Amino acid sequence: MAEEVKTFKVTIDNITIDVAPGTTVLNAARQIGGDVTPPAMCYYSKLQGSGGKCRTCLVEVAAGSSADPRPMPKLVASCRTNVMDGMVVKNITSEKVTDARNGVVEFLLLNHPLDCPICDQAGECHLQDLGYDHGKEGTRYEFKRRTFEKEDIGPYIQLHMTRCILCYRCTYVADQLTDKRVHGILDRGDHAEISTYISKAIDNDFSGNMIDVCPVGALTDKTFRFKNRVWFTKPVDAHRNCENPKCCGKATLWLRGDEVFRVTARKDEWGEVQSYDGKAGWICNTCRFDKKNSSDWTIEGLSKISRHSVIGANKYKTLEMPRETVNAVMGGRDPKLLMNIHNVSEVNNPSIELSHIQGPAHGSDFSHSKDHVDGAGESTQWGMKK
Amino acid sequence: MQALTNRAKQVERQPMSFLERLYLVAIFKGMLITFRHIFKKKPTINYPEKKRPFSPVFRGLHILNRDAEGRENCTACGLCAVACPAEAITMEAAERQEGEEGLYKEEKYAAKYEINMLRCIFCGLCEDACPKDAIYLSETFAPADYQRKQFIYNKQELLIPHPVKEPEAYKKALGNRVPREKINPAI
Repeated sequence: MAEEVKTFKVTIDNITIDVAPGTTVLNAARQIGGDVTPPAMCYYSKLQGSGGKCRTCLVEVAAGSSADPRPMPKLVASCRTNVMDGMVVKNITSEKVTDARNGVVEFLLLNHPLDCPICDQAGECHLQDLGYDHGKEGTRYEFKRRTFEKEDIGPYIQLHMTRCILCYRCTYVADQLTDKRVHGILDRGDHAEISTYISKAIDNDFSGNMIDVCPVGALTDKTFRFKNRVWFTKPVDAHRNCENPKCCGKATLWLRGDEVFRVTARKDEWGEVQSYDGKAGWICNTCRFDKKNSSDWTIEGLSKISRHSVIGANKYKTLEMPRETVNAVMGGRDPKLLMNIHNVSEVNNPSIELSHIQGPAHGSDFSHSKDHVDGAGESTQWGMKK
Repeated sequence: MQALTNRAKQVERQPMSFLERLYLVAIFKGMLITFRHIFKKKPTINYPEKKRPFSPVFRGLHILNRDAEGRENCTACGLCAVACPAEAITMEAAERQEGEEGLYKEEKYAAKYEINMLRCIFCGLCEDACPKDAIYLSETFAPADYQRKQFIYNKQELLIPHPVKEPEAYKKALGNRVPREKINPAI
């Protein structure tokens, strides 16, 4: 006789589901999926010990369990609360939760510089999504936002401490993925900051995964820095045979034309790194930072983009080029008036391979293109073509 | 034949009378209309010398704004390009280096910025999308040209003149459009 597996019945927003004992409320909600799933900024299912810091996943427990159906007095963090049999949880159906979450978002944005127009994470930023869903238009904060001294943490990763929400995910990555951790959180409270001890470069083999787990733009890819906006690049799934046994070799390439602008791990619907056979699909730094040729990869096809994401803007799944009729109409002669945009345009110059520049591009990287005028010069008579 | 509407009018096809055949009366009637217009107010203006005031919502050529110190506002965030329904705007960003703080307002700037005026439909969505107060549609028409390549406007052509170095040109570029709030404070 097969042993009966004991499951707990939990009701989240009037949807009942049976889950294994020891599951957190957040994971039970993720099993239901959709709108009832609380947002999570610090919890990361692939990182042990993460969660409990950002408080965005707060839910109301209307009944603790069938044995003790009293409601919990305060809102609880769903990523750290295990389900009980007969538990009744309210997430989006509770006004208290929405109100508390709005407050949490306001707190998270207190010190956030809101420099989304500059930030490379914009377009795939969890804080941006959260702000759109729960944020207010204005701020009530009247004081100076905290600032930090800029710190260089190596050639691959760019640290923007002002954007950090202290979710600790990157330190868990360093603890659990790399062989030795060289960075952590220094100081406490308002002064707490991610840093390496005495400006040490982070160069572990899997340190690049810090970029993927960072929910905001605090840790971004330096090889992609300012190269392009996320929504102008096209994500495709690709893989390669990586020599590193810990690397899964499956990644998302962010292309523009044939140029590989950025390589990231593949993300699942919760914005976390995808799992393969129960193992998280982390990728090594070689795959992430050094394989910037499309010939290094076997491209599988377009990545799935959420319908509501800006990344899907101006992307065509099947591009059907219309048949060129000019030649047929002109009796085999090429038209004299066709203009090749690259003869005129200076943007997307085929001779400048932005993706192969190591760091962010500077003014000098564009200077050898034709009739470059330095930004300092007087503008050509505005409104009048030369 | 049955008429489709009851507004059909039967045309008289009688031969013209002697007076009508002279045409003098008809000519006189016509000239009367013509000369009456001499004393009317002229609706035309002498265009290049005189210009009509622009509507407060007129959308002409784009201009890339600078701040009061002359630093470029644009940070190449790409929101204008993604908002553009005609896909006319393209750009490439670069990082501001030390010593360039007087040129660009933020850490990141548009090294290349182009608007294809052949594609542009002057809808003004780029202006709406801009979070940095950087792009505006001005009161200038895109001038006509014989060559299509003249309509690819690069950053140098789009930038507003430097407010400190070329104050007169800057003031001219600002235009004399009356702000919408002044016309109708309700907006």
